[in-house]
Amino acid sequence: MAEITYLEALREALVEEMERDPDVFCMGEDIGAYGGAFKVTDGLLSRFGEGRVIDTPISEIGIVGAAAGAGHMGMRPVVEMQFIDFIANAYDILTNYVATARYRAFLPCPMVVRGPSGGYVRGGPFHSQNPEAGFVHTPGLKVVYPATAEDAKGLMKAAIRDDDCVLLFEHKYLYRRIKAEMPAGDHVVPIGKARVARDGRDVSIITYAATVWKALEAAEQVEREDGLSVEVIDLRSLAPLDDEAILATVRKTNRVLIVHEDTRTGGIAGEITARINESCFEWLDAPVLRVTAHDIPLPYAPQLEDYVLPQTSDIVRAVRRLAAY
Amino acid sequence: MAGKRKGVGNRESGIATATGNGRSKSREDGKTADSRFPIPDSHQRPSAGLTRDQKLDLYYWMRLTRSLEERLVALYRQTKVVGGLFRSLGQEADAVGSAYALERRDILSPLIRNLGSMLVKGATPVEILRQYMAKGDSPTRGRELNIHFGDTDRGFIGQISPLGDMVPVMAGVTLTFKMRKQDRIGLVYVGDGATSTGAFHEGINFAAVQRLPLVVIVENNGYAYSTPIDKQTAATQFVDKAIGYGIPGAQADGNDVLAVYDVTKTAVDRARAGGGVTLVELMTYRRKGHAEHDNQSYVPAGEIERWAAENDPIDRYLVVLREQCGATDDEIQAIDARVVSVVDEATDIAERSAPPEALDALVGVYADPPVERPLWFREGSDRAVDAHERPEGWGTWQASRQGSA
Repeated sequence: MAEITYLEALREALVEEMERDPDVFCMGEDIGAYGGAFKVTDGLLSRFGEGRVIDTPISEIGIVGAAAGAGHMGMRPVVEMQFIDFIANAYDILTNYVATARYRAFLPCPMVVRGPSGGYVRGGPFHSQNPEAGFVHTPGLKVVYPATAEDAKGLMKAAIRDDDCVLLFEHKYLYRRIKAEMPAGDHVVPIGKARVARDGRDVSIITYAATVWKALEAAEQVEREDGLSVEVIDLRSLAPLDDEAILATVRKTNRVLIVHEDTRTGGIAGEITARINESCFEWLDAPVLRVTAHDIPLPYAPQLEDYVLPQTSDIVRAVRRLAAY
Repeated sequence: MAGKRKGVGNRESGIATATGNGRSKSREDGKTADSRFPIPDSHQRPSAGLTRDQKLDLYYWMRLTRSLEERLVALYRQTKVVGGLFRSLGQEADAVGSAYALERRDILSPLIRNLGSMLVKGATPVEILRQYMAKGDSPTRGRELNIHFGDTDRGFIGQISPLGDMVPVMAGVTLTFKMRKQDRIGLVYVGDGATSTGAFHEGINFAAVQRLPLVVIVENNGYAYSTPIDKQTAATQFVDKAIGYGIPGAQADGNDVLAVYDVTKTAVDRARAGGGVTLVELMTYRRKGHAEHDNQSYVPAGEIERWAAENDPIDRYLVVLREQCGATDDEIQAIDARVVSVVDEATDIAERSAPPEALDALVGVYADPPVERPLWFREGSDRAVDAHERPEGWGTWQASRQGSA
């Protein structure tokens, strides 16, 4: 079977799910005739018609709210934020309405909110964000953020089949840069399960999305130059977090670095650190360290963006420091 | 001037109006400048098709709404209502008359002053009372307040406190009706204040573009908390907003239950026939504060009393029932007695309900996993301590090995 890109894997999942289940439909800005700003939904309109591939007004509240209402009635909407930065417009309805619906009113919201996320693409402050932490903090939502083409497909399918609202963050840097052959058959990746992206025994890097690839680069470098064996955990799901996988790697290497592209303060690294501290402090041989973006709105110029976002060289320095502790 | 009411239908506009009481100077002839929303002549009005029993039924729902709220006031003063209490005194006609225009299969989303619409749709007084008293067997098991609850089977979806959010949600509900080619329509209530929100705009615009079978009722009761409508909008009247969305608008006297029924039924029929969204502005007046604690110090002197004396929807409807339907005092008294017994019985049942169990708080945030586990430091949590949390043997190497095994 031929290799396909991360972006094509997302589209393949959408097509397969829409064919499998007539209740699945897509809504978003410019997703139909144009095929989406990044062409994730390209070809869906001609395949499924405008009844199931709906071009909407520029209305993130309207789109997310309508998805919730349709979800109540048994549909399985998949809605696109043209850039995930714009999910901030729907923050109220996602956190106050959607996230609470099952708990306060026993109303199901089986829906997927997805969109291109992340930096390293010179997108500037409003086309580069990683706003996942705010939603991970919200009880009632699930959050997934695939790093590989296989997981892009498998998590999209799992998100569509989930009975709760799942936010699927897609990393736009990875859209066309990585490829993989898809596993045969109905490939569904369970939500809430991390993946060991690289086996190791000296230091663990816990990360997700585009920085998985930077962590892997760093791991290769320190193995080559320092003889260190680095384990890389790709979280894949941020809510719920895979506590078992986190604790397993802590017990294995006893030294943990957490890497994310999101800003530092209030980022997920802090939460993971706290969980490790609460549940397996005794297993640590060094303090848990973080490599994250600076607490800065993401600037446009390459020299600025590269400085603010975490780079492979930052991860290498942190791994060496942990190993030497 | 703060609190000055923009008149009840007393402006000539290009928008259809359906008024029934002669108080309004606006279009009584049913002729309308908006040809997309023709109001039939008076003898052809939808309410002319209501049976005498149905007209008495409207009175029952309005009276039940008011009596139930009066009972809640008594319970509130006895501190049996846990949170705030929201009244719809003087607005019973707009909630009841509009909901009465729906079929059983249709779905509405009420606002805080639309208790009457929920009762018409099948919510029971026992449910309302349990909900206000935060009982464990309330419709939300003590999780939500007041009339914030729903039941899609009976056709009402509970609101949330951020205003305007139910408009896009109901757009999604009616989008589903359209996609599945179901003969069902939706109705969503917003207040004058919610029309200022982004959610209202995005929801009604999306629904209009998609020609969804949705009726949007703007319940203009003069105040959003303490904010009068002249601080809410520069528009002359809320119904004018329909023009901007490319949909028909209609305005009616919200304190005339038959006029409310007429204007809503016309919009409902239009939605059902594939005509899309209608914006209906119902002119009414909020005689109580935002909630029971609100002393209404911002209301001009005499305003509340004037509305109570001259424009009470139940008083007005009693005149209609007696003079036009030949309702007798005995019939009215029988309905009143039935309402009293329903409210008394419901109060007895609801007061006997137990509060929720604390641990029930942890259940049901997600479909899967079904149960959230208590944090280790919560009292009583030793019954179900999370596997990763180890209050016992804390800080010892051996215990940590056991705990993580």
